[in-house]
Amino acid sequence: MANTVFQKPHALCDVPLHYCPGCTHGIIHRLVAEAIDALGIEGRTVGVASVGCSVFTYNYFECDMVQAAHGRAPAVATGLKRAEPNNIIFTYQGDGDLAAIGTAETVHSAARGENITIIFVNNAIYGMTGGQMAPTTLPGQVTQTTPYGRDPQYAGLPVKICEMLSQVDGATYLERVAVDSVAHINQAKRAIEKAFRNQVEGKGFSLVEVLSTCPTNWGKEPAAAMEWLRENMIPYYPLGVYKDKYADEKGGSK
Amino acid sequence: MSEKVLMKGNEALAEAAIAAGCRHYLGYPITPQTEVAAYMAKRMPKIGGTFLQAESEIAAINMVIGVSSAGKRAMTSSSSPGIALKSEGLSYLAGCDLPALVVNVQRGGPGLGGIQPSQSDYFLATRAGGHGDFHMIVLAPATVQEMADFAIKGFELADKYRMVTMILADGVLGQMMEPVSLDFGEIKQFDKPWAAVGTNGGRRHNIVNSLCLEPTQLEQWNIDRYKRYEQVMANEQRAEEYMTDDADVICVAYGATARVTKNAIAMARAKGIKAGLIRPITLWPFPKKIVGAAAKKAKAFVSVEMSMGQMIEDVELSIRCSRPVLLCNRSGGMIPTPEEVLAKIEEASKMGGAD
Amino acid sequence: MAKISFREDRCKGCGLCTTVCPKKIVQLSRDRINSKGYHPAECIDESACIGCFSCGTICPDCVITIEREAAK
Repeated sequence: MANTVFQKPHALCDVPLHYCPGCTHGIIHRLVAEAIDALGIEGRTVGVASVGCSVFTYNYFECDMVQAAHGRAPAVATGLKRAEPNNIIFTYQGDGDLAAIGTAETVHSAARGENITIIFVNNAIYGMTGGQMAPTTLPGQVTQTTPYGRDPQYAGLPVKICEMLSQVDGATYLERVAVDSVAHINQAKRAIEKAFRNQVEGKGFSLVEVLSTCPTNWGKEPAAAMEWLRENMIPYYPLGVYKDKYADEKGGSK
Repeated sequence: MSEKVLMKGNEALAEAAIAAGCRHYLGYPITPQTEVAAYMAKRMPKIGGTFLQAESEIAAINMVIGVSSAGKRAMTSSSSPGIALKSEGLSYLAGCDLPALVVNVQRGGPGLGGIQPSQSDYFLATRAGGHGDFHMIVLAPATVQEMADFAIKGFELADKYRMVTMILADGVLGQMMEPVSLDFGEIKQFDKPWAAVGTNGGRRHNIVNSLCLEPTQLEQWNIDRYKRYEQVMANEQRAEEYMTDDADVICVAYGATARVTKNAIAMARAKGIKAGLIRPITLWPFPKKIVGAAAKKAKAFVSVEMSMGQMIEDVELSIRCSRPVLLCNRSGGMIPTPEEVLAKIEEASKMGGAD
Repeated sequence: MAKISFREDRCKGCGLCTTVCPKKIVQLSRDRINSKGYHPAECIDESACIGCFSCGTICPDCVITIEREAAK
């Protein structure tokens, strides 16, 4: 008898994803779906899609979905959660959405301790609009709107969301992970599942920042993009748990 | 007759919204609508509801989107500058075909303007609630009782047509106290099979969404939505007619200015001028049928507004410019006096003539 | 003994799977093109597959399914 040890999770729709070859959104989608499967919550989960490359996530998850305006996903999620507190509500947002136009919604949903799960995909660039500077674009990084490299004297410095939110008392769990290697993907899987489990257990606001690639707008082959992430993003955005209110509990932080 | 209680307009509206089954109020403080929020903050915790003070008007309307997406009756209230901030959310509500009740207790503008009563968001409410092709149902109360009644009606219309209902009030109605009956009879509720409340494993996922990159399909969505708007225009036009039967001069005024205008009409009649009032209750759809029909008998119209002249365009459109329409207006928080309205009625009575 | 299968029409030929296989038996086909126009990933020596599913883990498009013989 053969056992299937790896396959598409049920919560991920059986449709082709529209992402570019090698785009890591697909990996992160799968990790989210695996968490939903593992916790058996598909029937009571509602996802909130944001604006950016991941806008079509509403077509990719088997659970009910709502598409939010740019940056407003945490506010929409707040409404969904307050309306149906037993439902599991997650948002899936990119860096432009969450860390630029939606900064207020991000900070204040954390401050309120909303019992929601936020998946924050940081690939240091605006993908959908064709590769402009993001709030998380690294110093010196070339984008369409920083053609000579991001000059911190002129365009400022990146926003570090996990570090920033770690100072917000209302937040429960903040972890930064990456999807550049199998080991890191497995860690990301644990973090995402934990961010959902926290909500199931009523523990409050959980956000997982996932360092991700954008091969197309970075102008790199998929494997080279992974390497670039490893060599440039991880040093600037160190991986790890930035906050875990329940770290001392059994099943808390690693 | 049911018992009446003395209430402020803003509070009567809030209590009626609760009677309508609204258990989610999401708002942000701004004068002169603060009583709505304060009342909800007191009441909601006692009835298992949610009062949430958001971090901004934008967040508040998006929380409304979340609650409404889950199929629950949700409302927010604000005043002119805050409503402008909600425009994005109003457009998304329309694009997602979500119902909601949005209250605009208007104040003078533009910019930060003032905090005194105004009707200068008429265009915002009836023409340009946000980007894209869409309409909101706009109700204009003129009494504290109507502030309450229109909250009930507003939720019903919103659910029935899957649209935003905006109650367009002003600082006068919000702050004014009058006796009000809170007996609303049976409250209509509507099935919402489209709501994002979890599949429970029993159906395909629901998607609440306004994005459509396929132009032919997006056009079809707009066409379908406008078919619903046509039904609203056909079924829901409302206006109060006051002494219009024999009127040579018809004033058109809504909300607080309609109250002033009634005084002016009494003064005109005492002087022998046959004046009457059409008070639009629905500003969108504008009561074109009623105003248009009035042009068959009346010689001239006066649009009475607390704005630089916005509703006057709908009056002219309704009568196809077949009669002169004068503007009697104040702005910036000033309210027209009965004497000012009377002067315009007198001027109008000397104009026009039978066909 | 592991069985690896590819849903070839979903493969975008990004090649990430080929970078993580410890046995170096996953590669992009040199001579075949799938319905999307990409050179799809394939396993060149299934007998060497240890069923670690590293390839599946890094695949963004859920192309890969892995089965393993159940323990007696």
